[in-house]
Amino acid sequence: MKMSPMFLWGAGLVALWGVIALAAPMLATHDPYAIDFEALLQAPSAQHFFGTDNVGRDTFSRVIYGARLALYIGILGVIAPMLIGMAIGLTAGYFGGWVDSIAMRVVDVAVPFPFFVLVLSIVAVLGPGIENYFIALALVGWVGYARLARAEAIVLRSSEFVMAARTMGFSHPYILFRHVLPNALSPVVVYMMTDVTLVILFGAALGFLGMGVAPPAAEWGVMISEGQIYISTAWWISFFPGLAMVLIGVGFALMGDGLAKMLRIER
Amino acid sequence: MKSLRFIVSRMLQSVPVLFGVSIVTFLLMIATPGDPIRLLVGVRASEETIALIRDRYGLDDPILSQYFTYLGNLLQGDLGASLRFKVPVSDLVGQFYPVTLFLVVYSIILILPPVVVLSVWSAKRPNGLADQVIRVLGVMGLAIPVFWMALLLARFFGVTLGWFPVSGFGDTFIEHLHHLFLPALSTAIWVIPILTRNLRSALLDEMNRDYVLAGMSKGLGEAQVFRTHVFPNSVLPTLNLFAVIVAYLLGGSVIVETVYAVPGMGKLMVDSILARDYFVVQGATLVFALTTIVVMLAVDLISGLIDPRINT
Repeated sequence: MKMSPMFLWGAGLVALWGVIALAAPMLATHDPYAIDFEALLQAPSAQHFFGTDNVGRDTFSRVIYGARLALYIGILGVIAPMLIGMAIGLTAGYFGGWVDSIAMRVVDVAVPFPFFVLVLSIVAVLGPGIENYFIALALVGWVGYARLARAEAIVLRSSEFVMAARTMGFSHPYILFRHVLPNALSPVVVYMMTDVTLVILFGAALGFLGMGVAPPAAEWGVMISEGQIYISTAWWISFFPGLAMVLIGVGFALMGDGLAKMLRIER
Repeated sequence: MKSLRFIVSRMLQSVPVLFGVSIVTFLLMIATPGDPIRLLVGVRASEETIALIRDRYGLDDPILSQYFTYLGNLLQGDLGASLRFKVPVSDLVGQFYPVTLFLVVYSIILILPPVVVLSVWSAKRPNGLADQVIRVLGVMGLAIPVFWMALLLARFFGVTLGWFPVSGFGDTFIEHLHHLFLPALSTAIWVIPILTRNLRSALLDEMNRDYVLAGMSKGLGEAQVFRTHVFPNSVLPTLNLFAVIVAYLLGGSVIVETVYAVPGMGKLMVDSILARDYFVVQGATLVFALTTIVVMLAVDLISGLIDPRINT
């Protein structure tokens, strides 16, 4: 398989963020939580690369530490939806019949809700916080994975090798795990790359609205919200965390696009 | 006759979805911690008042009959009452919903021209400059946080240049257009790449069809074949994406309205969550879902009427 340059660029960018997150204590020039009343709202300088916020915390160090939270949220947030979606989608597509009908009616009901609105109202009921965001994602986010996995399973169900496995007397669960699942995986993985971007984005949006990670955490959405009232005088407080989000999101999006190209998946 | 049957059957298909949606919002209410009625009437309300309201919303009944009470109330347009404003939620919806609708329609109007231009341009020269631009925009568009973009636009066009107001809705139609320009632009930036990609691939598919060759061999100009045959045929697949886009825009409106302090459903919802005004949150969620269902239905009906192959 020829490596797509897009995939390599994306993977490089994501790897870079991984290194930044792991090496945060070494890379940060200041303590991300240290309040310094001698250095309030200072513009970017050699001392403070990205300036300081309204209580004198160093924005550069906070952005660096924010990478940890972003990757944690993005990667952990897609696991449960993927597992649930795969399980439902593969079962529904492979067996068909009433199992499929029920699963698809549930999907039909989930589709009209704007994704972010539903996540928001679930978090509203459960209370703010990152754990509840994960629960909301598990409840809502599986739908996309289920649709993809189901479409694959329907095609694979009538493929020759599955038929052959049936005639040889293998059980349905065995065929599902050993033959259908591996072959249905590639579109799901491509979708997952885009999903990581969205999960990071929505997580930060929750932080921005005051319903995600609680302040004073060095979380990018929280930081953007903290800089909001200073945007006309101290733009750097909100600007740099947002830029970091774009760069991490572009990394995963490029990986997804490149992978789709390599695997020849229509999107 | 046939198209009437199509319209009716398609509308009937929405009924189970509507039931499902009402079950979801009902469950949201059930899962709410604490006693919503106690919150509604305040701590000093008498036991009789509470009993009266509990009876009104059937809160002491088994869950299934609670659901039917809820459904019955919904069908009469009763979405409960707001704790904060002390008015029925339906009144609030009537007041805030038009603003959001204005914002969504406005965004769509801003989205369509660049989508058509960019996709036609790039489809005519695959892998040309426009194609590269769209690829970059597509990747960026996905990754840009809407609330951050909204803040930057407000700072640059609102504060630095002073061209647009950065909050509120205004009083006249012209003022609405002026106030909502930046909010609409913030959401549009996100959606343009998605739609462009879609329309572009539809155009490329159609351009390789036999009828294009046939048309040109009959002496029609390339431009004319494109205008009268390729383009109309490519619109349908994109139209199907429209309901998804409206859902995106509604979700985005929640964030954008908060940044720009636009008095729409999104801001109402966020403020109500922070104020624990649960009936409003639930009502807003329901209204958002209903909007998407109506758009989905409209898109299906329109594509069915344009393309007779669909309505069988």
